[in-house]
Amino acid sequence: MGSMTDAPNRQNGPVLSKEEMERAYREMLLVRRFEEKAGQLYGMGLIGGFCHLYIGQEAVVAGIGLAMKKGDRSITSYRDHGQMLVAGMTARGVMAELTGRSGGYSHGKGGSMHMFSKEQEFYGGHGIVGAQVALGTGLALTSAYKKDGAISIVYFGEGASNQGQVYESFNLAALHKLPCLYVIENNRYGMGTSIERASASKDLSKNATPWGIPSRKVDGMDVAAVYQAAKEAMEHCRSGKGPFLLEMETYRYRGHSMSDPAKYRQRSEVDEMRQTRDPIESLKAEMIKQGIDESFFKTVDHDVKAVVKDAAEFAETSPEPDASELWTDVLVGE
Amino acid sequence: MASPILMPALSPTMEEGTLARWVKKEGDAVRSGEVIAEIETDKATMEMEAAEDGVLGRILIDEGTEHVAVNTPIAVLLEEGEDASAADGLDLGSKAKPTPKVEKIVPNAAASAPQGPAQRSTAELVEPEWGETADITVREALRDAMAAEMRRDEDVFLLGEEVAQYQGAYKVSQGLLDEFGEKRVMDMPITEHGFTGMAVGAALSGVKPIVEFMTMNFSLQAVDHIINSAAKTRYMSGGQMSCPIVFRGPNGAAARVGAQHSQCFGSWYAHIPGLKVVAPWSAADAKGLLRAAIRDPNPVVVLENEILYGKKFPCPVDEDFVLPIGKAKIEREGKDVTLVAFSIMVGVALEAAEQLAAQGIEAEVINLRSLRPLDTETIIKSVKKTNRIVSVEEGWPVAGIGSEICTIAVEQAFDWLDAPPARVCGLDIPLPYAANLEKLALPKPEWIVEAVRKQLGD
Repeated sequence: MGSMTDAPNRQNGPVLSKEEMERAYREMLLVRRFEEKAGQLYGMGLIGGFCHLYIGQEAVVAGIGLAMKKGDRSITSYRDHGQMLVAGMTARGVMAELTGRSGGYSHGKGGSMHMFSKEQEFYGGHGIVGAQVALGTGLALTSAYKKDGAISIVYFGEGASNQGQVYESFNLAALHKLPCLYVIENNRYGMGTSIERASASKDLSKNATPWGIPSRKVDGMDVAAVYQAAKEAMEHCRSGKGPFLLEMETYRYRGHSMSDPAKYRQRSEVDEMRQTRDPIESLKAEMIKQGIDESFFKTVDHDVKAVVKDAAEFAETSPEPDASELWTDVLVGE
Repeated sequence: MASPILMPALSPTMEEGTLARWVKKEGDAVRSGEVIAEIETDKATMEMEAAEDGVLGRILIDEGTEHVAVNTPIAVLLEEGEDASAADGLDLGSKAKPTPKVEKIVPNAAASAPQGPAQRSTAELVEPEWGETADITVREALRDAMAAEMRRDEDVFLLGEEVAQYQGAYKVSQGLLDEFGEKRVMDMPITEHGFTGMAVGAALSGVKPIVEFMTMNFSLQAVDHIINSAAKTRYMSGGQMSCPIVFRGPNGAAARVGAQHSQCFGSWYAHIPGLKVVAPWSAADAKGLLRAAIRDPNPVVVLENEILYGKKFPCPVDEDFVLPIGKAKIEREGKDVTLVAFSIMVGVALEAAEQLAAQGIEAEVINLRSLRPLDTETIIKSVKKTNRIVSVEEGWPVAGIGSEICTIAVEQAFDWLDAPPARVCGLDIPLPYAANLEKLALPKPEWIVEAVRKQLGD
């Protein structure tokens, strides 16, 4: 699959600086360890309902996060923990929302799929497949209306890319030249249905072509490739030329949600991806090649473990929301 | 350090399962993410992955064991190089964290459902004397309301199909493009789902859109964004997000446009916590309520009526004129029966009151103006005076606004009622096209008169 994508141009030196690689590594590892912990807490019954893990797709949010500027808005589906951590939301606040506690971002009233941060310009966390695409187009409309220079990053899966409102949104964004970066996270399976069985379009990066929206297919397992593509796409959006579409070819290691028996794919497919394409291991190998000392990885591993452990402890001990929370936040001003 | 591996919960409802198979055996090295066992839940057989790297030190639950409770230690994971005896010190009974106790609901428990905060009295919402009025159409009133609020607040803008160049499919937005320009009066392609979602996203991020639906029937295309995105986000975000948006358009039957274009959405939208819903009748209602809706920091649905667009009513000329959302208006006072109506049915109820007056029966007519919140206080006060109530609506009877009105009367004024509350509704059928059939299907003053006379024992 790598052959179909635009490889980052490493001819003129590395795509990412040392600092960028270190930040990307740290963020990807944080997402990975956070999600592993979330899976464990789910297994222990501390997290309920639906819980969709991001494991395997870390390079997408980390690469895009590197290219984002302060004030940029982002929005995604229910597989949202990675986006939130990279947006700068705290591991404690996100984990405590997963456990439904008062210390969570929504005071326990949203859960895994519905979390927001006004402060970090993160607009959810949406449980309805494809809804975030129209909403995210609206975030870009606000930017255009207020001329605030921000762009909006709209993540959705290849499953959502079959929803009608996605194309209504493409049309609106192109008509009004909205500063909107659409990111398809093509992890190959919409719940249990493979892309081949769900989409007649064989190249999702071309799905916005009829509206004149430029696009690229990107190796979503390579954080440098993601960063480079995102940077160029964001420049396009920011310069007033309208929306851009990036298709990230990525892969989720875990099931669709925690209760997915994953009978629709071979175990060997997952194992092969993990062993040969893992975004964290690949970046680590590249960093070692560039002479980054082993001690860096040790320190980051240690730090990330501590952050996640602290988040889990907080999420387990933060009290459940008070019964009075039932009635608050239904309407503004009441 | 040795640590126990616990029986995992693998679905939102799983409490126990069968340990179907051990894929790894004692002494095997395991990597995080590797399958170590197969667990059978009530729904499926699932693979259980190791959460950490290590060595499977000891298996505590044999394969084939049924009814293994979630969180039971099923094995011990050793760190690489650690001896199996490291597991000896583990207190496998207490080490496992218990599933948080979910309070079981016991039938006939003394505890009652949690009560909401006491409703604010609508008596505080006093409508001041607005003074001089001029006769204007409902159409003009709606346009004037939007223009006034757009002058007042730069963040307010209108979008919808044919709202700009065409001047509104029903000419409600006449003149707005000229005054405010394309940026603030935006024509939309015929894509309700997309543009409503876009407008909601814009509202969440700092502007105040007015979404015009050519008719509320088309809001069905966008109903997910109205309910799931606009109404629920404030709650789901723990109060971080707000969605100041107006969804407006003609609602209910027009004239012979058939079943798909003739439906009342009063009960649909009034059902949703997180929304406010208003339904103006007169020009003053239209202007005052729409201005209030645009200023409200919450999503508000404004149910207009096409037949009323061209009707003239006196409307205050005061530049500051606005009405409170949530306050009903007594359009006609009476002592014998309370008629409760909204939108076009207020006029029908007033006609019925005239007919009843000729028969010596004094009906009080309440114009609800707002369906959510509902001004229960005004309704109950009136019922306690008249001892009879008839609700009137154009929509269908099942789970309609009338069902709610009658329930409220029974719950809160049972001892004052001299007759069972009654509902007058549109017939429980898709609205027919044929002129005679359509006429037969919609409430008319005579139906109301009949319902009242029945309450009086005639």
